[in-house]
Amino acid sequence: MENSALNIVVLVKYVPDAQFDRQLSGEAHALDRSESILSELDEYALEAALALSDARGGVKGGNTVTALTVGPASASVAVKKSLQIGATQGLHVSDDALAGSDASATSLVLAAAIKSLGPVDLVITGMASTDGETSIVPAQLSARLGLPQITFASALDVAGNTVTARRDGDDFSEEIQATLPALISVTDQANDPRYPNFKGILAAKKKKITTVSLADLGISADAVGHAGSLTKVTAAAERPARTAGTLITDSGDAGIQLVDFLAAAKLI
Amino acid sequence: MSAIVVYIDQLDAPGKLSTTVSQLLTLARGAGEPVAVVAGPVSASVLAELGAQGVTRVLNSEQAELGEFLVATKADLLAQSAAAVSASAVLVENSAAGKEIAARAGVSLNAGVITDAVSVTTDGGTLVAHKSILAGSWTVEAQATSAVAVISVKAHSIEAAPAAEPTTPVVEAVEVAFSPASLGARVVSRTPRAASGRPELEDARIIVAGGRGVDGDFTPIEELADVLGAAVGASRAATDAGWISHASQVGQTGKKVSPQLYISVGISGAIQQKAGMQTSKLIVAVNKDAESPIFEIADFGIVGDLFKVLPQAVEEIKKRRA
Repeated sequence: MENSALNIVVLVKYVPDAQFDRQLSGEAHALDRSESILSELDEYALEAALALSDARGGVKGGNTVTALTVGPASASVAVKKSLQIGATQGLHVSDDALAGSDASATSLVLAAAIKSLGPVDLVITGMASTDGETSIVPAQLSARLGLPQITFASALDVAGNTVTARRDGDDFSEEIQATLPALISVTDQANDPRYPNFKGILAAKKKKITTVSLADLGISADAVGHAGSLTKVTAAAERPARTAGTLITDSGDAGIQLVDFLAAAKLI
Repeated sequence: MSAIVVYIDQLDAPGKLSTTVSQLLTLARGAGEPVAVVAGPVSASVLAELGAQGVTRVLNSEQAELGEFLVATKADLLAQSAAAVSASAVLVENSAAGKEIAARAGVSLNAGVITDAVSVTTDGGTLVAHKSILAGSWTVEAQATSAVAVISVKAHSIEAAPAAEPTTPVVEAVEVAFSPASLGARVVSRTPRAASGRPELEDARIIVAGGRGVDGDFTPIEELADVLGAAVGASRAATDAGWISHASQVGQTGKKVSPQLYISVGISGAIQQKAGMQTSKLIVAVNKDAESPIFEIADFGIVGDLFKVLPQAVEEIKKRRA
């Protein structure tokens, strides 16, 4: 079957860099979003989209890869990085009222943003955000958009208008099939993401990022944010940092000392 | 008392309840009237187990679509059943599929969804989910503000215990009206993954995990695991190298575990690995590099050659038991 050009939306999230200490603060226990980056797991989603586009002749072949984010003004960094890596255009939903939105409220906004783009063939996401880590946005978004949900794909192929993916569970490896349009989340096993190169960084300067507000999408401010979310964090505490205990260098009896330690902890 | 629904999958392994489901039923009984929603058949032994847990109502469907499509059909069953019994809360196992079933049911029920709860308590009739977030560096309490709360709960949230007075539950067959989009992602084939015979990572009291340092040979890890009755885990470096199944991966993109003891072997301990194991009760690390970050969080660290230290420990354990 002929592989026609695809209109693909990739979700990208601007998240605090996990390499640094991350903090919750304020009455609403909100996450401090300084020191943020494009969520590492979204790079696999972007790569999956770009590979499908490349195989169909890229932009010249009529393919579009839109990097979509919902977040504060600074979240445009995640979209810019996606454009440097190779996305065609960006869409950024930015609104002060979004602060404190939970996963469900976020999926509501994402669904409206995707609908605003007109018909799309594929929505591709990462397997989780590296901050919230709930992994529920893809499932909720597919429910809201009425699209088939193919999540945790570790391999992916689109032939004609049929998408086939492998989902590796604990007990089974499943092959899942759906007809486009569909929503797919990909794992970190799905591909090896490309890096932005100099040419890509230059090209990105000419690419367009459209910024829209909640009003532009027809969403009421009280449907999102802390007030509109159906969950709330009522208490938060930083876990005391783990500290190093005993450290020994093996001088021939470390295995025995290990057993002594386990015996003292009543684990053998 | 309001109904608390527990979702039970009897499609993959019918005939018995999983340990986690029994824990969820015990949780539900403590917070309200436990109602079981079962995808798949309800065998006599399952019904007896549900009765022992004090379940009064069982809603089930054996419609073929539940097994033929991914996640969405099960979420339709759960949401429609929860609405039918006017549930105030829905509890689901925190597996990859369980979280997604919770997610979709939450959309249908216009309910707040909380995932990854390590325990659930009640505060004036409201369920409070306790979570460990940001790679285990923070603990939070969260509540749904909606009429219905949907919570996916991890293993070991509570000790499963039978009800003081067992019940004889009634099974009510449910005819689910599947939404057209729920019939979109078809499972066209399933290949069972090889079972190791060892405990599951999430259930294990002890985990022995290997990383890049094992250099392709998991034998010492497996031998120590077997003498301890432990599960075998791995870092992403080891699973990416193809030395062990990806299902064994512990970390940000693998399993997140909190066993009594985690023995980390030949793993440097990057943030992605720590994200999956730093809430373990005790951490032991064996690594030949004294500068490995894993030693910063290890209760007992050994700088040494794993191929010498582990076999010696295995021999010593056998000797002491003899």
